[in-house]
Amino acid sequence: MAELMRLEMLDGRTLAIHCAGDWTVRHGMPSVEAAATYVTGQPAPARVTVQAVGLGLWDSSLVSFVAGVEALCRARTIAFDKDGLPSGVRRLVDLALAVPEKTGTRRAAGRRPFLDLVGERTLRAWKGIEDTLAFLGEATLSFLRLLVGRARFRGSDLLLTVQECGAEALLIASVISLLVGLILAFVGAVQLRTFGAEIYVANLVTVAMTREMAAIMTAIVLAGRTGAAFAAQLGTMQANEEIDALTTLGVSPVDFLVLPRMLALMLMMPLLYLYAAFAGMVGGFLVGIGMLDLTGTVYLEQTRASFTFTDFFIGWGKSVLFGALVAVAGCMRGIQSGRSAAAVGNAATSAVVTALVYIIISDAVVAVLLNIIGL
Amino acid sequence: MEAETPRIAVRNVDMGFGTYVVQRNVSFTVRQGEIFVIMGDSGSGKSTMLKHMIGLIRPARGDVFYDGDSFWGGGTDRQMAISRRFGVLFQSGALWSSMTLAENVALPLGLYTALDAREVAEVVSLKLALVGLRGFEEYYPSEISGGMRKRAGLARAMALDPDILFLDEPSAGLDPLSSHRLDDLILELRDNLGSTVVIVTHELASIFAIADNAVFLDAESRTAIAHGDPRVLLDEAESPKVREFLRRGEPAHA
Repeated sequence: MAELMRLEMLDGRTLAIHCAGDWTVRHGMPSVEAAATYVTGQPAPARVTVQAVGLGLWDSSLVSFVAGVEALCRARTIAFDKDGLPSGVRRLVDLALAVPEKTGTRRAAGRRPFLDLVGERTLRAWKGIEDTLAFLGEATLSFLRLLVGRARFRGSDLLLTVQECGAEALLIASVISLLVGLILAFVGAVQLRTFGAEIYVANLVTVAMTREMAAIMTAIVLAGRTGAAFAAQLGTMQANEEIDALTTLGVSPVDFLVLPRMLALMLMMPLLYLYAAFAGMVGGFLVGIGMLDLTGTVYLEQTRASFTFTDFFIGWGKSVLFGALVAVAGCMRGIQSGRSAAAVGNAATSAVVTALVYIIISDAVVAVLLNIIGL
Repeated sequence: MEAETPRIAVRNVDMGFGTYVVQRNVSFTVRQGEIFVIMGDSGSGKSTMLKHMIGLIRPARGDVFYDGDSFWGGGTDRQMAISRRFGVLFQSGALWSSMTLAENVALPLGLYTALDAREVAEVVSLKLALVGLRGFEEYYPSEISGGMRKRAGLARAMALDPDILFLDEPSAGLDPLSSHRLDDLILELRDNLGSTVVIVTHELASIFAIADNAVFLDAESRTAIAHGDPRVLLDEAESPKVREFLRRGEPAHA
């Protein structure tokens, strides 16, 4: 590649920059830095002149270079002369430098001090807790308004959500629970067979499914399926100013959007729980008669004997709780979402993570509480 | 100058995001029945000013008064009561995407009127017809063009015949004919229903056609640098920037 740029110091006061050959972005360009060392170096020139000498093709690369040098000269009040360039280049450079940079807008690039980052993260985490509590408070108030009949939302929204998170989630929730029942029975069978206590596989599956697994597995399926969908819906509405439109109409977005979703999940989760618990027990039954040489009657009788309504109501109650938590996590991340495509994506991801954390933590808390009261 | 209480009075409003100040100490008043334009260069905070006025973002400092009542100084109930008198058209239309156009316009009617379903449907058809969307009742926002969405948004904003209509760039993205029709519609609404209209726009044709009064927010000096009738400002604004803006960059002949 021929030399594109040649620097020459004329009479010790004037720096001449000669541009030659083809200046195209595709073939690379000399950086402003190379010229900058001369412009800012000692002795500083009083004048910088740029000239075209045998210039061939040119595009933005030349404009960018000249504009860079001219900006440098302006900052140092060095006279700049580009009369020796084609008029097209001169006009584009003038256009690029016509609007001065807005002061205070440029963001600092590069590394920031470590403590800065730690402080910012801490403040953000604190703000996150505040926002979560505020949202929980609003959701609770909204629920109270529902109880006294003052909450406003569309019945059709509720029915649509009921369909989406109820009937349409039935298959996946049942299949997952059937497999969990199979796995529990299988793992249990291997262990219990060493004691000749295979029959207790039925107890294991029944208690585990009704008390814990049916509620948790349904909640996890719904967190991924419905919670993420809630966050994406509300996040998109936020990005599209739809939530602002509700607010200016004097309608609480929590009443109008969050409440029907929360209600739908709290209504459907217990129903899904029933199917899930049943499917899990069917899974156990299949292992019991297929692998353990138990007769169907014996297995069913053992299942009936080990089933208690205490376990059932504990699991059933938890499914209502988990339904509320999944809805809260999804709606909260959606409402808090930023106003861009990436932010909506993050909201959906964060909705699932938040829901899973809430489910596990609340399950642990419930377990401890039940242990204390002896259930 | 004016004895009557202005319909809207913006007093000493500062706006900013974090430490970055966009506008400082902005004050202006809007009289009852006026078509008032908030203009300014891009990034001067026109839309944010509108959000301060309709109660979506609390200004960093200052307050907005409606008929003398402080908006930001009052509680949530007062804010709700005041904002019930607003109709707002957002920049993107902001139609509720899960509802048809008819349902969008019907929602405010269902909330705040005693009309039965058939009457609501009649009013909805009228409002959609006024913005030239007769027959699109059962369409969803995603099925119509951007300009149509904007017009449907206007139909929703005026569903309740609001006292004050806020329009954020109503004619951006509309073809010249629709834009002209929209201007006529705004004039009709003002003349026949007595609405006060606040518009954020920089469409000069529209500004000269309908505005009675205006304020110019300047991004450089970060405050309002002109307030008055744009036709007067064209020749008499103190700031050369405002005159240049109103002349589309061409220098004044006078």
